[in-house]
Amino acid sequence: MKYVDYYQVLGLERDATQDEIKKAYRKLAHQYHPDVSKEADAEHKFKEVAEAYATLKDSEKRAAYDALGRHPQGEEFVPPRQWQQHFHEESADFSDVDLADLLAAFAAAQRAEQQERARRPFNGQDFEVSMSVTLEQVYEGAETDLTLSLPEYDAQGMPRRSPRTYRIRVPKGASDGQRLRLPQKGGPGLNGGRPGDLYVTMQFQPHNLYRLSGRDLYFDLPLAPWEAALGSKVEIPTLGGAVEMNIPEGTVAGRKLRLSGRGLPDASGKHGDLYAIVQIDVPAKLSARERELLQQLAAESRFNPRSHSGAAA
Amino acid sequence: MKTQITESIWLNTSDICSFEHVLEVSGLSAQELRELIDTGVIEPSNDDPGDYFFQTQCIVVARKAKRLRDDFELDTQGLALALNLLRRVDDLEAEITRLRARLYPGRR
Repeated sequence: MKYVDYYQVLGLERDATQDEIKKAYRKLAHQYHPDVSKEADAEHKFKEVAEAYATLKDSEKRAAYDALGRHPQGEEFVPPRQWQQHFHEESADFSDVDLADLLAAFAAAQRAEQQERARRPFNGQDFEVSMSVTLEQVYEGAETDLTLSLPEYDAQGMPRRSPRTYRIRVPKGASDGQRLRLPQKGGPGLNGGRPGDLYVTMQFQPHNLYRLSGRDLYFDLPLAPWEAALGSKVEIPTLGGAVEMNIPEGTVAGRKLRLSGRGLPDASGKHGDLYAIVQIDVPAKLSARERELLQQLAAESRFNPRSHSGAAA
Repeated sequence: MKTQITESIWLNTSDICSFEHVLEVSGLSAQELRELIDTGVIEPSNDDPGDYFFQTQCIVVARKAKRLRDDFELDTQGLALALNLLRRVDDLEAEITRLRARLYPGRR
C-alpha cells in the first residue's frame, strides 16, 4: 500500500485545526475541481485533495490515519496490527490496497457497527473514467477494450484493487465528451448494497488529417499551382474510403470544396459534410525544365494578383 | 485477466429516462431536482410535473450538480448559477473549436 501524505496534499501542518483543513480544501477545490478547472491533471489532483479532506475532516478517520505514523509520500508500507486485525488479516499482502479505499471501508465498517449491530447495506461508489476514441470509431461504431483498476472486497472485507477489462461499444454518431453508463460496474456494495456504476467519458483523439466542426470535417488540401489553375481530378481521403473530387478551373487558395454527406454521423445516422480547404503549394526545388516553363509563363502572363489590393506596384 | 462484454448505456439527447431514474443515478433529492428544473438548468422533455421525463444526457448534468453541491457545499441557487455559467463556458468552447476547424490554413 502506498502512503499518501494528506497533510502535505492540503499544504498543512500535522496539528492543523478543522477550520484550517476546511479553508485549505476550499482553496484547492476552486483550483482543481475537474468540473471547473482547466489545469492539466486537475482530475488527479482534485482526487487527492478530496481524499485528504474526506479523511482529515472526520475526527475518527483522522485519528486512524494519524495512527499510521509519518512516512514519505508514496512509500510502500504495511498498516499497523490493529488495522490488520480489524480486517481479520494477518501478514497479508497489502500491495494492491489503496489507502483511500481502505479508509473508506474502515469508516463504513465503523458506521455499521455504531448503527445497531445489524450489517447495514452500503451501495458501492460510482467511478468516472475517460476513454480515448478515434473519429474512425465514431464514424462506423466500434468495439474497444477498456482496462482499469477498481476496488473489490475480498472475503475479509478488505478492499483490493484489481485490473479488469471491459469490452465497450463506442456508439456510431457519439459526440466528444459524451458519457457511457455501465450499470453496476463501479465500486462493490457492502452487506448486500448494490454496486456503483461506471461512467466512461468518450474523449475524441485529435485526428492527424481532419478537424471537427459539429458533425462537419475540415482538412487542408494542397494543390500544385497548375492543378488549381487548370482544374484537375484529385483523390480525397474520407473516413469512408477514398473518393475522387473535381477541382474546378481557377480554384484559389482558401476555397472550401464540399463533399456532401462525408462528415461524421449524428445519433440519428445523418451525416455532416466534409470540406477540403485549398492550399496552393509549390515545389521546394525546381527542375531545370520546370524553371524554364515557369519563367516563360512569368514573361508572358499579364495576371497581377495584387491589382485590386490598392498596394499594387 | 478476462475481458467482460458489457452493456453500456449511451447518455445522449435522443434517448429518454424517468424522473426517478435521474434521482437514483445522480443521488440528488426529489426536491433538489425539482428546484434545478425550476431554474432551467435541467430541462424535462415534457411539461407534466407529475411524470417528467428527460434526455439521458440530463443524467450527466444532474451528477455534476450533485458533485458541485457536495464538493463546494452549494445551495440550489448557487448551484444553478454555477451550472448555467459552466454551460455557457462549454458552449463558447465548442464554438471556438468549430470556428478553429474552419480556419485556413488549419492548425493554428
